[in-house]
Amino acid sequence: MKVSQITVFLENKKGRLAEVTEALARRGVNIRAASIADTIDYGLLRLIVSDPVQARQALAEAGFSASETEVLAVEVEDRPGGLASIIRCLADAGINIEYLYAFVGKSGEKAIVVLRSEDTERAREVLQKNNVTLLTGEQVHRL
Amino acid sequence: MKTLPDLESSRALISPAEAMPPDRLRTLQDERLRAVVRRAYETVEVYRRKWDEAGVSPEDIHGVEDLPCLPFITKDDFREAYPFGMFSAPLAEIVEIHASSGTTGKPTVVGYTRADIEIWGEVMGRTLAAGGVTSNDIVQNSYGYGLFTGGLGAHYGASRIGAAVVPTSAGNTKRQLQVMEDFGTTALCCTPSYAIVLGETGREMGMNFEALPLRVGFHGAEPWSESMRQEIEKSLCIRALDIYGLSEVIGPGVAYECLAQSGLHIAEDHFFPEIINPTTLEHVPEGAHGELVFTTLTKTGLPLIRYRTRDITHFIPGQCECGRTLRRMAKVSGRTDDMLIIRGVNVFPSQIEQVLGAVEGTEPHYQLVIDRQPGRLDEVELWVEVSEDVISDEVRRMEALEMKILKELESMLGLSIKVRLVEPKSIARSEGKAKRIVDRRDLGI
Repeated sequence: MKVSQITVFLENKKGRLAEVTEALARRGVNIRAASIADTIDYGLLRLIVSDPVQARQALAEAGFSASETEVLAVEVEDRPGGLASIIRCLADAGINIEYLYAFVGKSGEKAIVVLRSEDTERAREVLQKNNVTLLTGEQVHRL
Repeated sequence: MKTLPDLESSRALISPAEAMPPDRLRTLQDERLRAVVRRAYETVEVYRRKWDEAGVSPEDIHGVEDLPCLPFITKDDFREAYPFGMFSAPLAEIVEIHASSGTTGKPTVVGYTRADIEIWGEVMGRTLAAGGVTSNDIVQNSYGYGLFTGGLGAHYGASRIGAAVVPTSAGNTKRQLQVMEDFGTTALCCTPSYAIVLGETGREMGMNFEALPLRVGFHGAEPWSESMRQEIEKSLCIRALDIYGLSEVIGPGVAYECLAQSGLHIAEDHFFPEIINPTTLEHVPEGAHGELVFTTLTKTGLPLIRYRTRDITHFIPGQCECGRTLRRMAKVSGRTDDMLIIRGVNVFPSQIEQVLGAVEGTEPHYQLVIDRQPGRLDEVELWVEVSEDVISDEVRRMEALEMKILKELESMLGLSIKVRLVEPKSIARSEGKAKRIVDRRDLGI
């Protein structure tokens, strides 16, 4: 299973972020990782959740527009240079990273980073070839 | 204090056609109408078809009294006849073509013969003369030159009376003001909102309008109020006059104020006006509000017979103290359709729907918010609800969508509209139907 990220379109209005998170909480959906890309008028809230299907339903019922994208969840050594080495192998392969953000929790001694590149398939190949551990959807959503 | 033109200037510059005794004017109108009705029937398919259907023939029309038996035409007839189907002269005789917004996609196209251009110059020349402009004046024409009739119409009028025209066209405000100051512009033609922008910007640049020779402005192409007039007059130290026109009839010059500023004189020796109740389509009682309908009496390129302008106004009874005997109409107070006029540009909500429909993935739920801050041009924002199909996890894709809508709108309307993406269902719906237009401009009319 692929790692699924949910993006919610939010206007810059008071209380909207609270409403999204509350709608997810009511459904018992846990947020594993989150990041917001903001513009003057709106924000894009990106979420990795425990149950993407339930999350989509909860959001739709609460009147939010959302979409799903596949992202990579990468295990990163929790030490200086851990992230750098991973990004270096993508850079050397000529793959651009659109954005990345870190997980709330850890898997053992390692940090987890959500990574979105312009070409997910190639990024996956390059990372695997460099012995970087990629988490599956099951692993991530159940974390 | 600089001396501003007064009613005497309007009185001194009356052309004989503007001061005809009513019975002579009526005879002239009847005569001209008989000729134009014949011409329209013989050369334009839409008239022939409509009149045949209504069972009326040109022989039944003896004078303007008989106009009510003829069917109306509307902007839709222009659309069906796009591009040249409304022309009554062969293309060899057409010397100029203009276009304005249509209700959907296809613009309204108008053609002029050499003689029509002469008429245009004549009526627009009268318009300027009614504000005291003569061959001694320097007329700065800040209406846009192009398909829009404002620019060339005002130009022909100023040329006709021998004034020196400075064809600055619209935009580039600082250069406009520089020209105004350095050339010693005495008369200004531009939209009322642009007149306000010129005043504000000029003051910011440290200009003293009190010391400039500028003394009169001719403003039209968009709705404006009496309070805007006062603002313009104070800000630019001029007399500000209202002018009315629409490209289907001829462009600017259809009706104009004199320095009495008590209604617009209709050039009714060329354009015969009627005012109807838009529901019953009958004439309203004299002086009552209704929709303005025009019949062109002299144009040969594109004769209009009973064209519904959708503009709401009323006739002003009595004769003007300036001596013009032409009938006066009040400032246009509204529309009978959903057309909006933004910065002088005609905009139909249907055009916006068309653009959104063509941009992939946008929902047809939108709202157009129009605002006017003091001293500013109209601000327009288009709020578009985003559907799940267009939500991207990347900001740049969302911005590309906004940009695409903006560019498409700009290319269709010639108007720059700020696009704002909003959450679904965030646009207020009344009885299930979204409110498409929010006009916050206080036009005070």
